[in-house]
Amino acid sequence: MSTPAQNIQDLVRKGEYRAGFVTDVAADTVPPGLSEDTIRFISAKKNEPQWLLDWRLKAFARFQKMTEPVWAHLHYPPIDLQSISYYSQPKSMKDGPKSLDEVDPQLLETYKKLGIPLKEQEMLAGVAVDVVFDSVSVATTFKQKLKDAGVIFCPISEAVREYPELVQKYLGSVVPQGDNYYAALNSAVFTDGSFVYIPKGVRCPMELSTYFRINERNTGQFERTLIIADEGSHVSYLEGCTAPQRDENQLHAAVVELVALDDAQIKYSTVQNWYPGDENGKGGIYNFVTKRGDCRGKRSKISWTQVETGSAITWKYPSCILRGDDSVGEFYSVAVTHHRQQADTGTKMIHIGRNTRSTIVSKGISAGHGQQSYRGLVRVQQSAENARNHTQCDSLLIGDACGAHTFPYTEVRNPTAHLEHEATTSKIGEDQLFYCLSRGISAEDAVSMIVNGFCKQVFKELPMEFAVEAQKLLSVTLEGAVG
Amino acid sequence: MNMLEIRNLHARVEGKDILKGIDLTIRAGEVHAIMGPNGSGKSTLSNVLAGREDYEITEGRVTFEGKDLLALPPETRACEGVFLSFQYPVEIPGVSNMVFLKAAINARRKHQGLPEIEAVDFLAWVKDRVKKMHMDIKVLQRGVNEGFSGGEKKRNEILQMLLLEPRLMILDETDSGLDIDALKIVAEGINTMRSPERATLLVTHYQRLLDYVKPDFVHVLAGGRIVKSGGPELAQELEARGYGWLDAA
Ligand SMILES: Nc1ncnc2c1ncn2[C@@H]1O[C@H](COP(=O)(O)OP(=O)(O)OP(=O)(O)O)[C@@H](O)[C@H]1O
Ligand SMILES: [Mg+2]
Repeated sequence: MSTPAQNIQDLVRKGEYRAGFVTDVAADTVPPGLSEDTIRFISAKKNEPQWLLDWRLKAFARFQKMTEPVWAHLHYPPIDLQSISYYSQPKSMKDGPKSLDEVDPQLLETYKKLGIPLKEQEMLAGVAVDVVFDSVSVATTFKQKLKDAGVIFCPISEAVREYPELVQKYLGSVVPQGDNYYAALNSAVFTDGSFVYIPKGVRCPMELSTYFRINERNTGQFERTLIIADEGSHVSYLEGCTAPQRDENQLHAAVVELVALDDAQIKYSTVQNWYPGDENGKGGIYNFVTKRGDCRGKRSKISWTQVETGSAITWKYPSCILRGDDSVGEFYSVAVTHHRQQADTGTKMIHIGRNTRSTIVSKGISAGHGQQSYRGLVRVQQSAENARNHTQCDSLLIGDACGAHTFPYTEVRNPTAHLEHEATTSKIGEDQLFYCLSRGISAEDAVSMIVNGFCKQVFKELPMEFAVEAQKLLSVTLEGAVG
Repeated sequence: MNMLEIRNLHARVEGKDILKGIDLTIRAGEVHAIMGPNGSGKSTLSNVLAGREDYEITEGRVTFEGKDLLALPPETRACEGVFLSFQYPVEIPGVSNMVFLKAAINARRKHQGLPEIEAVDFLAWVKDRVKKMHMDIKVLQRGVNEGFSGGEKKRNEILQMLLLEPRLMILDETDSGLDIDALKIVAEGINTMRSPERATLLVTHYQRLLDYVKPDFVHVLAGGRIVKSGGPELAQELEARGYGWLDAA
């Protein structure tokens, strides 16, 4: 008779990656290699103004003096940055983004297959989408409707041309060029991403979302997203990510900067499903991402919600700088590592203003040989009178071969601070599984039910439609895993 | 017809023999009580019947309504009508009772080739049973057994039983930890399920429950075997004299 532990392993093994197909489009891809010439090439391709090229070159100069960070609890062979191609665009996109009617039907088909129809009449009402395919933005929907509300939502390469003052003012103001190795690399070679500006007092009339897809072989994706919420404005933004199933690893190094001015609120949600590699750890995306939000204004609020089920390696710490008095930062995370996936993820909450509050809820699920670390920093600076933080960090293990680790750091320089930390690690109990089975519920349904229950606190932070998607994704990823 | 036939059942866990030759026949319509000292194997027997995999069956067979019960996976046993009320029900945080109950009912319906239950029917059905168990309707929104008191957990087990309408009800110390009123409610729940098509296996330490749910037979399980069987009067004798005299007999 098989043991319950074996059953759990079998169940976990069944999950398969459903976004792993390749779109066979002709693409213009630069030969691999990283140098000043590569950067000039990208900048020229995008018709960039001189100031941005200079900005990139400055970042590159800093990058060359930096070394890869090694402190994360991750194991992988050195990444050869010279073997990566830094720019790829579908040939049909040569003349820049077009209207939806002109977009290559093959690309539209790709997104349809991924469950993201781009024809506006087929879309979820109330969600505008920008889609980034390798290094270029393919299309942005509902542009006009947003424009009527005064909202700017467009590819960042377009924003550089159309709204240079805004871009120049805010680019790099949250994540400086030399912030870290990957951020410096991104600053030098970033290709596309989304730009959002919500004017004073405007509540964005719809959800904004960007869908990132890596398609070409040996190509890195270096996207850059910049969201600015002016005084009293509100916006909810969601990003999704997938990539084909390939044997080689691919690099994704993004930078996301959020700025919230007085009384502004930004809710940033991620459903990350990059190809995680196969059962034996072959292939998969290396995901090294710097995401940071600056609560620059009084009573501003930035909330990160992430559901991370993909990537071979995830290195990601969406953070909040709570500069404005009474500002609020939140981080809600579900991360899943399965097979040979590794994730080192968490957040940083930097309290600078008075009465600043932060909440951290991290739910880690490990199955197979997955390894997962929560790494969180709560820093309360001297100026941050009456700062509050609540951290809750729960890990769920499925099977015996996986691991969960917690690295909470706190630095408190003001005695009025009030910090709470809770952490639990549990194994999907064989008791819980048997309880469900004894009521007639199949093992697969039971695992998915237990895992979803475990993640409930985070899912309820996601916009409705995406919460449903996230639940499904989790069930597929862990198909049948319960213990 | 015999609903359940247990023949020479041996089971071990972690290299230790716990059940050492159980023989028991239960016919439809009957209530059997099993009593016995702590650690004698009562929960082991209950769990083996429900299909828990930690136990290795080394000998014997079990037939449920003519089928080889031990060959069926636990979820199939449940769908076929075997129900275990746990001595220690587990908590499943974040999974609401409502979602859980619906999943259980639909699993059973799927097994029977029926479509999923209509939301309206389900709600009416659940509400009615919740009322029968004198429970607060709010328990449906709470996580399965999450933060429930010991007694509430037991009541929740019987609520599930009323909803799933099993054929064979195995109740492992469902009376333990109940206050006097709750005991009556639970006993009523069990009694409403009594019918000529159903049978009950009642594991208990106390006569109290048997005052409300009259058993047809009482068995004493000791050292992994049934050492004595009799009518309801046996339970009274045990209550008065304990288990010691059985060794001598
Ligand atoms: N999973 C297990 N691992 C190790 N030993 C076990 C396990 N399950 C049961 N046992 C042992 O088997 C024996 C019988 O346990 P069981 O729970 O069946 O007793 P019981 O008759 O139900 O007792 P009680 O009246 O206290 O509920 C005990 O000695 C117990 O420690
Ligand atoms: Mg017991």
